[in-house]
Amino acid sequence: MDRQPSLFGEAETASTQVVARFAPHFDAWKVQARRLLSDETSPEHVWWEADGERAAVSPPAEPASTPRVPKAFVNMARAASCHRSEDRWALLYTVLWRITHGERHLMQLGGDPDVARLTRYAKAVRRDVHKMKAFVRFRAVLEPDSEDCEPRYVAWFEPEHGIVEYASGFFKRRFANMRWSILTPMGCAHWEGAGEVWFSAAVDKGAAPRGDALEDAWRIYYRSIFNPARVKIRAMQSEMPQKYWKNMPEAHLIPALIRDADRRVADMERQTREQDAPRCGPRPASPDTENAAAIARATPASIERLALQAKTCRNCALWQPATQTVFGEGPSDARIMLVGEQPGDHEDLSGRPFVGPAGQLLDRALADAGLERERLYLTNTVKHFKFDSRGKTRLHSTPDDTEVRACKPWLDSEIGLVDPELVICLGATAARALLGRAARVTRDRGRPIAWQDRRYLLTVHPSYLLRRGHAAANAPDYRRFVSDLSQALRWSA
Amino acid sequence: MEILRKLEILADAAKYDASCSSSGTRSRHSLGGKGVGSSEGSGICHAYAPDGRCISLLKILLTNFCIYECSYCINRNSSGVQRARFTVDEVVRLTLDFYKRNYIEGLFLSSGVIQSPDYTMAQLVEVARQLRRDHDFRGYIHLKTIPDADGELLAEAGRFADRLSINVELPTQIALDDLAPEKDHRTIKLSMARIRARQDEDAEQRRAARRVTSLSPKPRTLPRFAPAGQSTQMIVGAEPSTDAQILSTTAQLYSSYKLKRVYFSAFSPIADASSKLPARRTPLMREHRLYQSDWLIRFYGYGHEEITAGSDDTAAAGMLDLDVDPKLGWALRNRGFFPVDLNRASREQLLRVPGLGVKSVNKLLKIRRWQKIRLEDLVALKAGVKKAMPFIVCANHHPGLQETPSALLRARFAPPTVAQQAFDF
Repeated sequence: MDRQPSLFGEAETASTQVVARFAPHFDAWKVQARRLLSDETSPEHVWWEADGERAAVSPPAEPASTPRVPKAFVNMARAASCHRSEDRWALLYTVLWRITHGERHLMQLGGDPDVARLTRYAKAVRRDVHKMKAFVRFRAVLEPDSEDCEPRYVAWFEPEHGIVEYASGFFKRRFANMRWSILTPMGCAHWEGAGEVWFSAAVDKGAAPRGDALEDAWRIYYRSIFNPARVKIRAMQSEMPQKYWKNMPEAHLIPALIRDADRRVADMERQTREQDAPRCGPRPASPDTENAAAIARATPASIERLALQAKTCRNCALWQPATQTVFGEGPSDARIMLVGEQPGDHEDLSGRPFVGPAGQLLDRALADAGLERERLYLTNTVKHFKFDSRGKTRLHSTPDDTEVRACKPWLDSEIGLVDPELVICLGATAARALLGRAARVTRDRGRPIAWQDRRYLLTVHPSYLLRRGHAAANAPDYRRFVSDLSQALRWSA
Repeated sequence: MEILRKLEILADAAKYDASCSSSGTRSRHSLGGKGVGSSEGSGICHAYAPDGRCISLLKILLTNFCIYECSYCINRNSSGVQRARFTVDEVVRLTLDFYKRNYIEGLFLSSGVIQSPDYTMAQLVEVARQLRRDHDFRGYIHLKTIPDADGELLAEAGRFADRLSINVELPTQIALDDLAPEKDHRTIKLSMARIRARQDEDAEQRRAARRVTSLSPKPRTLPRFAPAGQSTQMIVGAEPSTDAQILSTTAQLYSSYKLKRVYFSAFSPIADASSKLPARRTPLMREHRLYQSDWLIRFYGYGHEEITAGSDDTAAAGMLDLDVDPKLGWALRNRGFFPVDLNRASREQLLRVPGLGVKSVNKLLKIRRWQKIRLEDLVALKAGVKKAMPFIVCANHHPGLQETPSALLRARFAPPTVAQQAFDF
């Protein structure tokens, strides 16, 4: 072919064909690609020749217009450029050409053959990089001329693609305060504990150190952490292909580990035995025993004792999903008792009633109504949080009649022990539990109801205001809630 | 005792913990002349054992002496295994030496309970403290917390560790009552609740710091409490809990304590086992199906109850079908949901198509903005085309008017009986 000097530097043209000659490196390719692009040379007319020796030494000035391309392309192209296939440079240019010639969205078309191939190359390279990060094994070497007596850490690794430079950043960040070298048949990377990573020509395996005193410990660990009862050879090989094994000190143990696995399991399955004496000292008491002891110590007929007893309540199914029983709290001689529906997310975690968003709203309303929370006894109709799981959140679910009934003895005992002059029911669940099904919060709220020798006051639950977005201090619903609560002052006095 | 012998005993004792994850913590490096190590986004598996499990951390116990008597555990009080105990210094040195040779990217430290929960926890925290404070270690640290340990110790653990975990051990309290008398779900959940509360607090502080951007401290520089979150593990097949119960507990744990992961560990025989345990190991396929279901719950929008719902015998017994994956199983039971039109369906609908993963679905949605999706696109994306075909409609494909019966489809994708036997030995 008769070659002529081209119009743009060291690239040459052969009639219609252009030969782009450049060092096999992404940055060098980029310079060439920009030139060709500004010259409107289409991919089918370019012959890419990655040749480090014959390429231009000094990078020429940037062309005036730099084409803007999506970041997704640059990232993927940089990775794919390390792929060992010969056609990668042409592929990069084809995709770049298409992106800059009417297909700006090309990278979004995962099904396009060019994009799919580029993706495949980039993926293969990233996998190789990942394996290099994982399987490099450093060996400490004492360097006689080093000043600080710290060893240099040297590894031998055989990558599949030209990734030494691309992957070196990871080793720099991780082992920044060590001196290290990674030797490979595709070039070597070195770090001196500061400055920049420097690269040198490929060497062969003979140049790498042969062992490290710590490898025995590593092999012992590898052997011991393996569970012979769950041999999954294919799973291991798909993640740690055999081609890497020869440079990993632990890998030669693998055949024996697999061979002996069945025998080891059979041995274990044969020897079971009844429990016998403790060998590591006396066993601690079980949590239930400890709780029982605490109950026995507590004053009979006290709220404290009741709360301890409720801790292990299994009267309905709600105990199982919940974290803990949330019992009432407050002075045992309180004159006013507040009864809500059930603990919510925050209450379930902290074990205290009315501490979540609804509790905070209640605090504000109590203060506005002139009531002191410290002087009230606060509790719930149902003492466990009932919820539906939705991803990482829990959705409140209203307790049904059986759950309310199952929990009623606790509430009755609380009322019996505290013996308040007034019980405020927050919401329908509390009202119905204490006053029967006929109770209607909307109809009866804010006025005293005498029932079985006790006075009751009904109002809405604070979470009702939160749900309706009426929690603001000037919202009519909130004001009415405060006014309901303030009735308590009158009726308990 | 020689340190290598200790390593042998205490690594062997630690291998029943499935987790070896080292991902999801904040990025750190040691450029600039100080520190040892780094942590970057996704974890690195430095080796794989022939059990197919990843080795990314030095996973050991501080000691395998233990005053508890959990039947399923090799280290239980009455077990005849040989006992050993590392000193704090030995663990620190071993971690750093392994780390510098790129064998591991951190430490996963657990322990048998000695003297008291608080004493044991304090020892674990001391290892983490020395690594972080005395050696400026910037690799990954996962600490197993001891149930019932003091809240202050837990707070300190979260300051030094990337991840905290506490095992629920078994799917139900009833099972625990029987096999682990010193443990109960209430104590375990309380510890999880405390960790979650700390993390919520931490997140709230960072939000507050972001709101006043001009003021220090900047959200980035605030110390983080266990930035890689908390996880747990339960043993599957040591007692008769069903898959439905296991998945329900799993969903509750995720939603209640914002766990990063729930690990399942198929029960496998241990040396010197208690006679309370089943003699045979649980099929690993059961564990695999549970993990697949866990994925469906977390990334595919399935409710836990949908996965095990069904009218056939397996589903009625609350168990997952071992022969086909739970996503295909759901599709076969809910043929009315299909065919899904790849060119029109919502993301949620696409996620229910067997053979399409989250990544494929995201790519399809991108392609769809520019052109009609054809079968060739699925091939190029390396999606499970054969599995998807009976359930989809796209530009050049329709499953046909006569629907293939579910039983036939199931037979097509279920492994042949022989393969099943080979799997279960």
